[in-house]
Amino acid sequence: MTATAAPPYAAPTVAAGLPGPQRRRRRLPFSPWHLLLVPLALVFAVPLIWLLLSSVMSNAEINRFPPALWPSHIDLGGYRYVLGNAMFPRWFANSLIVSVATVVGNLVLGTLGGYAFARMRFTGSKLLLGLMMATMAIPFQLTMIPTFLVMKQLGLIDTLGALIVPSLVTPFAVFLLRQFFLSLPRELEEAAWIDGCSRLRVLWQIVLPLSRPALSTVAVLTFLSTWNDLTWPLIAINHEPQYTLQLGLTTFQGQHHTQWAAVMAGNVITVLPVLLAFLGAQKAFIRSITSSGLKG
Amino acid sequence: MSHLPAPITVARPRPAHRRSKRRSEAATAWTFVAPSVVIILGLSAVPVVWSLLLSFQTNDLVTPSRWSGLDNYRALAQDPHFSEAVRNTLLYVVLYVPLSMALGLMLALALNRRIRLVGLYRTLIFVPFVVSATAQGVLFSFILDPEFGAANAVLHHLGISPQGFLTDPSQALLVLVAITLWSGTGFCLVVYLAALQDVPPSLIEAALLDGANRRQVLRYVTLPTLTPVSVFLVLWQTINALQVFDLVYVTTKGGPLGSTTVIVYFIWEQAFKNGAAGYGAAAAYVLAVVLGLTAGILRIVRRRERRSLEGATA
Repeated sequence: MTATAAPPYAAPTVAAGLPGPQRRRRRLPFSPWHLLLVPLALVFAVPLIWLLLSSVMSNAEINRFPPALWPSHIDLGGYRYVLGNAMFPRWFANSLIVSVATVVGNLVLGTLGGYAFARMRFTGSKLLLGLMMATMAIPFQLTMIPTFLVMKQLGLIDTLGALIVPSLVTPFAVFLLRQFFLSLPRELEEAAWIDGCSRLRVLWQIVLPLSRPALSTVAVLTFLSTWNDLTWPLIAINHEPQYTLQLGLTTFQGQHHTQWAAVMAGNVITVLPVLLAFLGAQKAFIRSITSSGLKG
Repeated sequence: MSHLPAPITVARPRPAHRRSKRRSEAATAWTFVAPSVVIILGLSAVPVVWSLLLSFQTNDLVTPSRWSGLDNYRALAQDPHFSEAVRNTLLYVVLYVPLSMALGLMLALALNRRIRLVGLYRTLIFVPFVVSATAQGVLFSFILDPEFGAANAVLHHLGISPQGFLTDPSQALLVLVAITLWSGTGFCLVVYLAALQDVPPSLIEAALLDGANRRQVLRYVTLPTLTPVSVFLVLWQTINALQVFDLVYVTTKGGPLGSTTVIVYFIWEQAFKNGAAGYGAAAAYVLAVVLGLTAGILRIVRRRERRSLEGATA
């Protein structure tokens, strides 16, 4: 379809020369590319739309064969069950606590560490930085068993602490912020430094206000990976009251295999915070993800 | 006049002053980095060594461990479940990495033009990337449920017989690849799109002036400038695909009949379910070596690419 439609537009753009190949296209009602892109975009969107629709269906509608593909009316039974009978509110709070603590930890400790490595001279700084960077290449599977043993020794297994402590600061945050601080002009800080400001004050009043893009990248990626993680909570937590949403959701699905409306309502609750955060700050999300990728 | 001596007295103690200042600066720096050093080195550098020691031990995470030399590695080499996990993982990687990149590149080329709704398309295709593997797994377990799922309902309307999907040993791994393509293609798309927007327009204009057609521009100008990004994506996607776990745990738990047991699932099962932490650690070391080799090879490729690019522009 599109293959036959494309050449007439491709040819004039070459012939028309450089300044306005795109301007020509605007005269058409729509570009033939939409014929390809609409179905493709739908393939990606339909599962999430279906998630939302099935979460407001009644179990009777879902459990007949073939199941209804559109809810006849909005049935909030699934949400009522999930919020009333199950521990979803508790799990939500746990996920929120862990994510917020991890984000704050990475911002504060990553800033302090990154700033010291970028601007301050102390013996061993190069060696330490090298070691910390090297740990970025270590896969999680290699560290998970000993980390479990350490958390057990600390008595943190089965508490939210076990989820927070190991990711309170990541080498990624330290390194990314260090690189960013290095890119800032030194002179700004030196002026304040000579005026007798302490390092901490320079950092707080001069450096941080300039560092919002880097800080938001760290916050976005830390939140995303903490909120979405399943592996580590699965290892570190055994009792349902300490579950995170991801762990709770998969356990809940195993226990309520035929109550799909409730399972999907729980799924919506699990996905929604990340989805809203993404849609609200889409530019920052995509910039964070591509910038960390392209430089890497 | 009475102020005159003052600068001299200030100037003299300066070296001492500076030294103490430097010392106090070092102290401040250490307090700044201490928490990061303790957590990062304590919970990743130390465990790397610890894991290595564990892999030479028999350890069930509860009773004291004992040394067993290379037994774990020898057992791994003969364990049919492990070789099956390796095969499954490799098949998953070999299918997922090229497909996600090819799809991402095609979508990026389609979206890299001034048509309406480009932002909307990009958002719709990228959104699944932020959905957790758990949520994806639960959602697709439902959609692909052989009895109640929408997928079979749609097939039913089309007159196609119902499929087993994740419950069919011959389909399960392919279905997992498809689910990951749904969520992972958007990442390749945005990375490629960002790279395409960085292709210098002057290069394309020059090629067009020289009489190249669209396809030639794509083949000889656009795609070569994307090479560094493609190398990065191969590395990134391969490393992530080799470590797939959450989705498998949520959807199939390695089944049916072990057809979706991947390496990390094998490690987790051994260490935390079967109480064979030493054995799990040995498997983790095998995986880490594979990951390290992948990264190493790609780093070499990348360096060579960069050199040849520099050579071309020089």
